[in-house]
Amino acid sequence: MRKTSRFTTSVLAFGYAFLYIPLLLVVVYSFNDSRIATVWGGFSTRWYGALWQNDQVLDAALLSFRVAFTAASMATVLGTMAGLALARFRRFRGRTLFSGMITSPLVMPEVITGLSLLLLFVSLQQLTGWPGQRGFSTITIAHTTFAMAYVAIIVQSRLAAMDESLEEAAMDLGGRPLRVVFDITLPLIAPAMIAGWLLAFTLSLDDLVIASFVSGPGSSTLPMYIFSKVKLGVSPDINALATLIIAIVTIGVLIAWLATRRTRSA
Amino acid sequence: MAGSVNRDNLWQRVAIATPYLWLLLFFLIPFIIILKISLADPVIAQPPFTPTFDEQGALSISLDNFRFLLTDDLYAITYLRSVVIAGIATLLCLALGFPMAYGISRAREQTRGLLLLLIVLPFWISFLLRVYAWMGLMNNHGVINNTLLWLGVIDAPIQMMYTDIAVFVGLVYSYLPFMVLPLYATLERMDLDLVEAAQDLGATRTRAFWDVTWPLSRPGVVAGCMLVFIPAMGEYVIPYLLGGPESLLIGRVLFDEFFVNRDWPLASAVAVVLLLLLVVPIVILQRNQARDAEAAT
Amino acid sequence: MEYKQEQSKAAQEENSSFIRISNVSKHFGDFVAVDDVSLDIGKGELFSILGGSGCGKTTLLRMLAGFEVPSGGSIEIDGLDVTRLPPYERPVNMMFQSYAVFPHMNVEKNIAYGLVKDGLPKNEIRKHVDEMLELVQLGDFRRRKPAQLSGGQRQRVALARALIKKPKVLLLDEPLAALDKKLRERTQFELMNIQYETGITFVVVTHDQEEAMTLSSRIAVMDKGQFRQVGTPKEVYEFPDNRFVAGFIGTINTFHGSIASISEETLSVYSDELQLTLPALGTHPVEVGQEVDIAVRPEKIFLSRDEPDNPDDVRIQGVVDDLGYLGNRSLYRIRLANGKIVQVSSQNRRRSVTRFLEWEDKVWISWRPRSAVVLVD
Repeated sequence: MRKTSRFTTSVLAFGYAFLYIPLLLVVVYSFNDSRIATVWGGFSTRWYGALWQNDQVLDAALLSFRVAFTAASMATVLGTMAGLALARFRRFRGRTLFSGMITSPLVMPEVITGLSLLLLFVSLQQLTGWPGQRGFSTITIAHTTFAMAYVAIIVQSRLAAMDESLEEAAMDLGGRPLRVVFDITLPLIAPAMIAGWLLAFTLSLDDLVIASFVSGPGSSTLPMYIFSKVKLGVSPDINALATLIIAIVTIGVLIAWLATRRTRSA
Repeated sequence: MAGSVNRDNLWQRVAIATPYLWLLLFFLIPFIIILKISLADPVIAQPPFTPTFDEQGALSISLDNFRFLLTDDLYAITYLRSVVIAGIATLLCLALGFPMAYGISRAREQTRGLLLLLIVLPFWISFLLRVYAWMGLMNNHGVINNTLLWLGVIDAPIQMMYTDIAVFVGLVYSYLPFMVLPLYATLERMDLDLVEAAQDLGATRTRAFWDVTWPLSRPGVVAGCMLVFIPAMGEYVIPYLLGGPESLLIGRVLFDEFFVNRDWPLASAVAVVLLLLLVVPIVILQRNQARDAEAAT
Repeated sequence: MEYKQEQSKAAQEENSSFIRISNVSKHFGDFVAVDDVSLDIGKGELFSILGGSGCGKTTLLRMLAGFEVPSGGSIEIDGLDVTRLPPYERPVNMMFQSYAVFPHMNVEKNIAYGLVKDGLPKNEIRKHVDEMLELVQLGDFRRRKPAQLSGGQRQRVALARALIKKPKVLLLDEPLAALDKKLRERTQFELMNIQYETGITFVVVTHDQEEAMTLSSRIAVMDKGQFRQVGTPKEVYEFPDNRFVAGFIGTINTFHGSIASISEETLSVYSDELQLTLPALGTHPVEVGQEVDIAVRPEKIFLSRDEPDNPDDVRIQGVVDDLGYLGNRSLYRIRLANGKIVQVSSQNRRRSVTRFLEWEDKVWISWRPRSAVVLVD
């Protein structure tokens, strides 16, 4: 009923073209037969085959997925606790510091987070001998730390929007606080926890800078491997890898979108 | 009865203490360590810095790193360049993001969801790969140059890669969703009657925009700008892959200082100064969010 | 109440088509929001458009304001065709249902906005703003931001802001809906006073029939994009044109029947439900045998324990099914022999016999012959 102006429409069109044309070209060039990635040499799927043969890629991807899965799960547990604490326990000692520490990782430049965590791991190793080797465990801890902040914020805002009288009603009907958390609160914030887990998983898979700081020699995540390759310029097997990731993400997001749309309309 | 109350109390304590201790250990203490190391001197050892307390137990701190940062022009210029480049990138994001957020918020309800999804989708695709996508576009033999050459617009390829232009493109491209989403949130909940009221009282569409829509979208503008500016300041990947060797940004200097020169104390000092520079925008952002949350209730 | 109708009559004689809406339609895709509507509104009228949600009243108002362009037809205001004029070029201002008071401007700036857009000199704007602040009694609040005002005060800011440009027509979209009951009653009379003082034509859109009845010189009852009746509040209430209007405004008892005979003054209707012939007034041409409804308002029906003695009145026996005491009046549901429920409302003026009625008491209901009207469609 209210029209948008021609200016707005054209900026929208330009904006979406700006966002999607580069990705589209990567997809197109992943099927390029030529070794020189910017010259078209006919259709081929050889780079996908090459990817499958590449042990380095597979190892890096495996490490990335292990880290992302573990970090997202730990971040969801810790972040849900933190979100509950912030939204439902109004007063406790050190609350200001707590909420400050929850929100700060969201705006902290990655180089600082990465550097500070590495220095912590080095100091810890000097003091306690742990971690003897940096790799899976240190990257997982680093990712858990910054991802739990996102989960906490999502859970907290879901709880803030939720009627507290639901929990009060459950207690009125005889539920003990801990039972009420498991019977009422957790089922109600489950969508927020799932969203938080997915976000944490993606953030972990996506991270290059922090992982570069806190990983040791011999353990490369997928972004670290990609970075070492693209430093040298455009390469066709990275195009293929990018296309796979774009396809997986797009399908996943579309399914999630259609699912939420159906539940909302039902 | 008493036992169960204690148990409930225990649960509350666990729920607070677990994330609390985690954050103390892995977030707060690391910062204290950065601060501590930035006050140490570099040595060739493992780890490569002097301890805070020497063998006699005397406090040994030095401000040499900070003195060096202040006296060496390279750092001052790099900090300044980072502020300027992040600032310009933020304004470019705003110039593109505002009309987009506006258009989405005024679209029909059915299309709105899809348009938002298309804004968020690239955010889920690897950041690194999105930057990489531009390498293939902006190369001397990349798609843009090839197309322009083929069209006959230019005779020789334009140098785009390894320039500030490429850095801007990369920054705007990567951080556009961070600008559009908070702007959309503000514009979407704005009462459209206000705009109509302004028009009813004699303002043209353009006038009504500047009198009503723009001032009322301030919370979204502030949030969007800070969410772009802060990470852009510390950005490492984009200047490394798209920028030239001389286009130094502070995130890259920190990275190189640490990994290439292995000067941990100086890298820490660079981080401390960067953090101090970012305190202002971070405080602006948090105040803005608090005020916005208050206004929403 | 009295001056209002006089004024409306005078206005109609002087200029009965100050606003002329001719064959206006509005389609949104397949949906017809306003369906070929024509209406003349006189200068200085306080005109209400009354209807339920989705009846098209708001769309019609938005077309008057210029936020929607009609799909067909034309709108003239004071002889000027405004059908396609943008809102900022119309001699019309609007008070929004949400009030749409600019939250980032104080009271003074809000009120001055329209004149600033017209480029008036500062001292003149100041003078007009002062006048308006006095009119709406907000002089002490001029520097306040909207967030620091109550709902009623915000409403007055919106009113002053719309009035300051001295529009030819002021449009009010559900002006009282956001206020609580007490405030609503007071504001109603304030609005009427301001309308009287300024002489500006008011067009009010409302879903609240009581509001429309007290405020307006005339009412248009709207349903499904069309007017079902246009008339003074009295006409619309006493002589509803059709079943929709009768049911929409107030409560009404209806009895099914068919026309038995037609005389100059009244009609006789044989009600199959009651097995009685009833007299009623009619406004539409009818013929003998035609199926109609007879409608009687609850407050036109009298209750008594004994059979009323006036032989002209309609008299029916029943029992008290339910009763409710509302302070100034009481409501009764009387069950007739055939099981039909008739609603009766009686003023508690005197300590009459009806005050002591109880459930299942036998009573007589009766009404004057001229109290009933015939509804054709």
